[in-house]
Amino acid sequence: MAQIILENLSHSYLPNPSKDEDWALKPMTLTWEDGGAYALLGSSGCGKSTLLNIISGLLRPSRGRVLFGDRDMTGLSTMERNIAQVFQFPVVYDTMSVRDNLAFPLRNRGLPQDQVAARVAEVAEMIGMRDMLDRRARGLTADAKQKISLGRGMVRQDVNAILFDEPLTVIDPHMKWELRTQLKDLHRRFGHTMIYVTHDQTEALTFADQVVVMYDGRVVQAGTPQALFDAPEHTFVGYFIGSPGMNLMDARIEGATAHIEGVQLPLAHGYGALEGKTQLGIRPEFLRLGTGQEGLPYTIRRIEDVGHHRIVRGHVGKADVNVIVPEGQPIPADANRVLPDPVHAHVYLDDWRVAPSNLERAA
Amino acid sequence: MTLELRAVGKSVGGKVHLHPTDLVMQPGSMNVLLGPTLAGKTTLMRLMAGLERPTEGQMLWNGKDVTGQRVQDRKVAMVYQQFINYPSMSVYDNIASPLRLMGAARGEIDRRVRETAEMMRLTPMLERRPLELSGGQQQRCALARALVKDAGLVLLDEPLANLDYKLREELRVEIPRIFEESGAIFVYATTEPEEALLLGGNTATLWEGRVTQFGPTPRVYRAPRDAVTARVFSDPPMNFSTVRLSNKHAAIGQAEWQADLADGEYLAGFRAAHLSLDQTAGTLPLTAVLESVEITGAQTFLHLRHGPDSWVGLVDGVQRRELGQELTVWLDPAHIYLFTPEGDLARTATYAAAA
Amino acid sequence: MEKPVNNRAWFLVLPVLLLVAFSAILPLMTVVNYSVQDTFGGNQFFWAGLDWFEEVIHSDRIRAALGRQVLFSAIILAIEIPLGIFVALNMPKKGIWASFCLVLMALPLLIPWNVVGTIWQVFGRVDIGLLGYTLRKLGISYNYVNNAMDAWITVIVMDVWHWTSLVALLCYAGLQSIPDAYYQAAKIDQASRWKVFRYIELPKMQGVLLIAVLLRFMDSFMIYTEPFVVTGGGPGNATTFLSIDLVKMAVGQFDLGPAAAFSLIYFLVILLISFVFYTVMTRQKEGE
Repeated sequence: MAQIILENLSHSYLPNPSKDEDWALKPMTLTWEDGGAYALLGSSGCGKSTLLNIISGLLRPSRGRVLFGDRDMTGLSTMERNIAQVFQFPVVYDTMSVRDNLAFPLRNRGLPQDQVAARVAEVAEMIGMRDMLDRRARGLTADAKQKISLGRGMVRQDVNAILFDEPLTVIDPHMKWELRTQLKDLHRRFGHTMIYVTHDQTEALTFADQVVVMYDGRVVQAGTPQALFDAPEHTFVGYFIGSPGMNLMDARIEGATAHIEGVQLPLAHGYGALEGKTQLGIRPEFLRLGTGQEGLPYTIRRIEDVGHHRIVRGHVGKADVNVIVPEGQPIPADANRVLPDPVHAHVYLDDWRVAPSNLERAA
Repeated sequence: MTLELRAVGKSVGGKVHLHPTDLVMQPGSMNVLLGPTLAGKTTLMRLMAGLERPTEGQMLWNGKDVTGQRVQDRKVAMVYQQFINYPSMSVYDNIASPLRLMGAARGEIDRRVRETAEMMRLTPMLERRPLELSGGQQQRCALARALVKDAGLVLLDEPLANLDYKLREELRVEIPRIFEESGAIFVYATTEPEEALLLGGNTATLWEGRVTQFGPTPRVYRAPRDAVTARVFSDPPMNFSTVRLSNKHAAIGQAEWQADLADGEYLAGFRAAHLSLDQTAGTLPLTAVLESVEITGAQTFLHLRHGPDSWVGLVDGVQRRELGQELTVWLDPAHIYLFTPEGDLARTATYAAAA
Repeated sequence: MEKPVNNRAWFLVLPVLLLVAFSAILPLMTVVNYSVQDTFGGNQFFWAGLDWFEEVIHSDRIRAALGRQVLFSAIILAIEIPLGIFVALNMPKKGIWASFCLVLMALPLLIPWNVVGTIWQVFGRVDIGLLGYTLRKLGISYNYVNNAMDAWITVIVMDVWHWTSLVALLCYAGLQSIPDAYYQAAKIDQASRWKVFRYIELPKMQGVLLIAVLLRFMDSFMIYTEPFVVTGGGPGNATTFLSIDLVKMAVGQFDLGPAAAFSLIYFLVILLISFVFYTVMTRQKEGE
């Protein structure tokens, strides 16, 4: 086991990439700590599967290096990298029994019979398939098959990392809970480095200690679920994390004041002079509905009851703005304003978050 | 236009796919069929479409019996989980195809295709082929084809299941808007409780080939008729615990509250979001062992073990607590449902009765 | 998925049933009719009961032809099935070479059977044929006209050349349906090439292999045109397979009664063996 380092990595599927959009992965440098639980999050086509295949060795990057600790792995195969991978759709050997499926990677590596048997028993227990060991894999349900795939990924103890490529796609919502909890539990008990690729924010945030958000071939932010929620570095992260995503309103920023729709809003911090497209971003959780003259003028379009909270959809000027109201809290019938919590408001310049300037704060 | 099912049931070779079901769907309504895979959602839809013939019962369309009628003769449109479009035709021709089959006039076709495309935000893509579109746009094209027919009944079988999470979120917002404009009866099958809530309208919960409850969505959510409905309509799954009632007092562990019911054993159910880490007036303390936490950024899932039961709590903010330790969570008795040991509702949660 | 039940749908099949009845069942009935009667021409028929069947079953000549036929089909299957699988496994998966291979492989299948026979008849001739002439110049004694072994080899090589592509194309289609993830998973599991074949490719090819075996068996068991053109069943009776013998009997000797009994038995044998193949292979598939 070792740290995984991606050094100045980039990749193009074309033989002679010239333009920016020819690159499926734009240059990046990333470090994955040993024993960490990571998620690679992004919409389809953002390059997350390309990145995963480069780490696993199924794909050779056009440029840059893949290091495990201080060993250069760039040219080595998946086998030599000693990596396990679980795919989107269950991959099981249909004609084998569940037991033989789980034992397969160990037997291929020539492990003695008794060790294989012991390890298979252990893994079968972990994935809750002890009673099914002698069944043939063919004819099992999709989630049982996917459990076998997970089990085959876990069965080797010495792997450098286990990679998951959207492993819960074919699983029913109720089963998802169980499998995800099991995965977390396995991570805690065995301490393998795990990298989990998904487009589902709930899966990514609940599984990982560190979430790497990708957009258009770039890593736009890597951080804890909390950091991604509290301070999205890019408007895409704001939009992608959270349901609904962050509200964005065009704003003119002057020091510690934002001007939106002719209303002056005080901010928690001051900002220097900003050139370009400036926006104020605030999550629906941090907006309050109000009546009267205070706050931004707001028109409600519809209210959706999602059970433990309601989503109020409406707009401030031309910008769509959503507000989350907790269950049990009344919505005033004459609500015509939204009041942002300045502590949770962020300023974006050309889609990237602007750090508040300390100098200006005094002003 | 109403669709009425009278004791419609379906069994194949002695195996029951759908128990006799009564449902009435009003014109211009959104009807969600909610249940896990193989609960009978697809069977119910295929019966409504006329793709299958019920083995018992009657199907009435505007009061007229249509039980044995062929699919082609019913005004039905269907959208599937897979994006089904004609790959060699442009988006325009795809949308126009049902109208051409119906033999509509040229000008009429053009007008309706453009109108529907506008509604589905496909206008800039009309000349492209389906495979040159993103998944969300492909599914919007399939939806447009279903809508353009002006069918009285539009059936959607998990139409968003193959889409990215965020796209799904966006289309979920769009679908109720589209449906409001169209005025047809919409039937929408899904496995996800949250989707049902977002779509609103009415929900029928299904479990093992049986419709367990049908009514306005928030009503079914807050006032489930039995434990099965409550379980189907909760994500994370509803928490359950067996309680004994004596002298109108119920108790989970040390926590006691009043319940106006006969003595005996009951099943208490409450939702994850109603557990809290903070004590407020009237809440009950529950002690459980914390097994794991999942942080979503805004909220934290607590996986708890209480004796033989495993519970999930959904609390605000980022909460890091030591695992394997005992933890006190607070629950307002107004949020507790009581079911009989057979699973029937004995007393609804009082907050829901008030709502 | 279940289909709606509508009994009227059977009417749609009616024209086909009538056509089949006319083209297959009526002639078959004629054959049955001949098989139990004797005729000496002049449209005079005499009841012969099961005499012809008995004669055919006890005929040494037909037994010998049957033996040759079984041996031929067994050899053909033993060569073409593994060879077809091998070719399919080694064909490029995508790109321009894949299409090129497909076209190349389809070529022998497009040639009419009697033309295939003629090609090989000329190809193998020791005086003007490329193959026969070259072999003779290399000092290898080869003459399919008077050497039984050479005749067999020629007929078998010809059949392999003609039909292996069919097996290969069917297997290729089966292989194409395997998702990439399976190969990647196998790589990660450190499976050897043999294990990839045994546990991934072979199970996925099972369905098409069943079809390939059935088609090749039935076809080779009924082979007529090619050996007739190349060897005419000779030298002697060395390559006289069942259908060649049948034609000799019916057309050459005009023994209509025995020939009819022979065809019926022939038909039943093919039906029986195909059924056994089918049951064994599908049962094995379900059992797994």
